[in-house]
Amino acid sequence: MITNSPVAELDVIEHAGLSALPQPNPVVFEIGNLSVFYGDALAVKDVTMNVREHQITAFIGPSGCGKSTVLRCLNRMNDLIDGARVQGMVSYHNVDLYDPAVQAVEVRRRIGMVFQKPNPFPKSVFENIAFGPRLNGIKKKSDLSGIVEQALRKAVLWDEVKDRLKDSAFGLSGGQQQRLCIARALAVEPDVLLMDEPCSALDPIATGRIEELLQEIASTYTIVIVTHNMGQARRISEQTAFFLTRLDEVSDSRYGVLVEYDNTEKVFTDPSDKRTLQYIMGQVG
Amino acid sequence: MAESYSVPRPDVPMPQTRESKARTALTRVGFDFKGHGFRGLLSASVGLSLFALFFLLYGVTSDGIPVLAERGWDFLSSPLSADPSRTGVWQGLKGTIQLVVFILVFAVPVGMASAVYLEEYAEDTWFTRFVSLNIRNLAGVPSVVYGILGLSVFVKFLGDFTGGRSVISAGFTLSILVLPLVIIAAMEALRAVPQSHREGAFGLGATRWEVIRHQVIPYAMPGIATGIVLSVLRALGETAPLILVGAVSGFFTTGDQNVVEDLQGPFTALPMLIFSWARQPKAEFEELTSAVIVVTLFVLLLSTLAAVLVRNRFEKRRQG
Repeated sequence: MITNSPVAELDVIEHAGLSALPQPNPVVFEIGNLSVFYGDALAVKDVTMNVREHQITAFIGPSGCGKSTVLRCLNRMNDLIDGARVQGMVSYHNVDLYDPAVQAVEVRRRIGMVFQKPNPFPKSVFENIAFGPRLNGIKKKSDLSGIVEQALRKAVLWDEVKDRLKDSAFGLSGGQQQRLCIARALAVEPDVLLMDEPCSALDPIATGRIEELLQEIASTYTIVIVTHNMGQARRISEQTAFFLTRLDEVSDSRYGVLVEYDNTEKVFTDPSDKRTLQYIMGQVG
Repeated sequence: MAESYSVPRPDVPMPQTRESKARTALTRVGFDFKGHGFRGLLSASVGLSLFALFFLLYGVTSDGIPVLAERGWDFLSSPLSADPSRTGVWQGLKGTIQLVVFILVFAVPVGMASAVYLEEYAEDTWFTRFVSLNIRNLAGVPSVVYGILGLSVFVKFLGDFTGGRSVISAGFTLSILVLPLVIIAAMEALRAVPQSHREGAFGLGATRWEVIRHQVIPYAMPGIATGIVLSVLRALGETAPLILVGAVSGFFTTGDQNVVEDLQGPFTALPMLIFSWARQPKAEFEELTSAVIVVTLFVLLLSTLAAVLVRNRFEKRRQG
């Protein structure tokens, strides 16, 4: 985090004095022995990890390794799939997300999500962004306009669409649509942004813009991103979790496991697991 | 010039150049008999349908148009009469419109609500599948069966309320007849809404109700509207259930009545007039039958047109 406030500088100095390592950010998500089932089929087994605040955490691994499944447990998006079942623990600031008293709708208001394929609503650019705030009871046009502009500015889309707020969102390019979806998620002022391969449908230039944008907002948001693109994980994330598929010999079925979770630099230069090394070297996957 | 090489001349053997080899390879296959034959078959089918349609339309209009031209507004606004030169279709027109209103008021909301429940709320269990299967089956049940149901339930059992052989009984009967059609059409339209669209709204913290109200239904509305119109058109043409619930096939007079008396009184509808006039022994009724068919076709055409307009409106709104 870059700031110029003297307090922050003092903080750094103090930490430097105590130990060589900077204090890690507080934990947002604590995942303990998480297993997910779709019907009777085991999708992910025994994932244990902590996601920390105000940084980007990347989930990498081959297709079917359960990285999206784990991501979708973090805002209870799996509830929408018939037959999906969760075992183990997922907590958000020490609150168990699967506690019966917890409302999935409230979870999703605080933990936003951006999907693989840009999915703007079939409405105008303005209405796409205003939809979330409207759900939260904001009705005044002037308030909404302010929120829409702010969200679009954060998503670095304002200059491109400020003259076409009334036009259909479908008229935007794929990259613009995805930034619109990010702006839409930011407009409800979430704490966390979950991103499920947000760039897989985009060209390299659009991808680059989204990566820049994510790095910009990472100082104030906790971001968890699933990506197929190892370069992307390496470029933008602080922490990387590597998932892999494992074959259950008895039932001849495949499920995902967490192989390694560490600082991104460490995972990509000096992984502690041989399978991670094989994957990042391109020998498997 | 390059072209001079490519023209085959019988007197000079073609040199085996790369070009000539490529030319033989690329032009070896001649006329595509299968492709053109298939296309011909398809267009012949279209031609056959058009021919049948044209034949029907010609037969009806050549007999019916002169009557309409001669009688004009009088034919549309006159009540039924045993005298072919004075009889008109007003009561049939009115009955048909009343039936459509019944369907729009009863079958459409109930059908849409059932479809939303089955598609968006009900969990995918054997029971919901069983219910869906049965609804599909009901859509194929012959309409006479619905007529029998209407006769025993609305005409007899609920006779005090419906007035017996009345437009109320017929309206409820036709509503039940089209209910499965409306449900199926609405379910298909809801199923066509991309899952990513729902997820986008859920991801912002919308409740199920908000997702359905603001995203799913507006998206599915053009499809639902088309389905509703098709169902109504189907009901417009139904005759068998009307015969059973007692639509009048002769003639009847309507004097001064209030709305309730009118709804509980005798009634008829356009397809019923076609049926009863076609059976009349008097020769003049033959032309009158054609004339009432033309009127019915015109009503159907207007409904389809309205459907297209409604659909376009919803689609425009969907674009944002």
